[in-house]
Amino acid sequence: MAELIALSPAGAALPKRIGAVTLTEAPFAPMTGISPHAGEVAQVSAALEAAHGLALPGPGRMLSGAGIEVLWFGRNRWLLIGAAPGDGLAAHAALTDQSDAWVSVIVQGAAGVDVLARLVPVDLRPRAFAEGSVIRTELFHMPAAIARTGAEDLRVMCFRSMAGTLVHDLVTAAEAVAARG
Amino acid sequence: MRLSCPICGERDRREFHYGGAALERPAPEAGAAAWDAYLHLRENPAGRSRELWYHESGCTAWLVVERDTVTHEIHGVTLAAGGR
Repeated sequence: MAELIALSPAGAALPKRIGAVTLTEAPFAPMTGISPHAGEVAQVSAALEAAHGLALPGPGRMLSGAGIEVLWFGRNRWLLIGAAPGDGLAAHAALTDQSDAWVSVIVQGAAGVDVLARLVPVDLRPRAFAEGSVIRTELFHMPAAIARTGAEDLRVMCFRSMAGTLVHDLVTAAEAVAARG
Repeated sequence: MRLSCPICGERDRREFHYGGAALERPAPEAGAAAWDAYLHLRENPAGRSRELWYHESGCTAWLVVERDTVTHEIHGVTLAAGGR
């Protein structure tokens, strides 16, 4: 069998440091979309807790454990990052492997909110968007998911096919913020 | 214009997609006239209207929005699916 070369979505375009903001690509991690069957959210939450130690977070929230994250990802949808889905989940939910479907960029630095303010129509400042918050929104017309993973860390996720545009938009906005000094 | 999604909170209009008037679907045996009206006849109200909006780039829920077409005031936003 041929040895294939694994390429990350953003490739050589990242990492980048622009002014006080650092853009890095999140390392590859398995991702699974979890869509509970009608009326079975409680069963899925229990199965997830049994397998991974984390329950399903409420709307707009995420939970993290040892190398594992569960993100609310829309109405009755969640995303498990960092592990293959455990036993018992498939009985109560539709599971889809999305490991290669997303590009994840970590925007680091206090000015990260100023950069994203130019791209996203939602207030992402810490007082409105605290640690552990997740939103689905759009970033310069692209569907995006954004999570605050730390006091100055924001994780921006877009569809993998839009990785080039995402990096371009983030770099352009970061340069404009840096130019203001 | 901003809409208060019951799931996501207040969001900008650009995240939503208009989905037409929110109508009550007639019963299957309601007759041709009722179904003709449901499919083809629309009011064009100056004032309060009930509309469907799709939170396209947010949580992807369908919403019923009560909106005043004259003042653009939003009177209420609920999930089209109810509590489900």
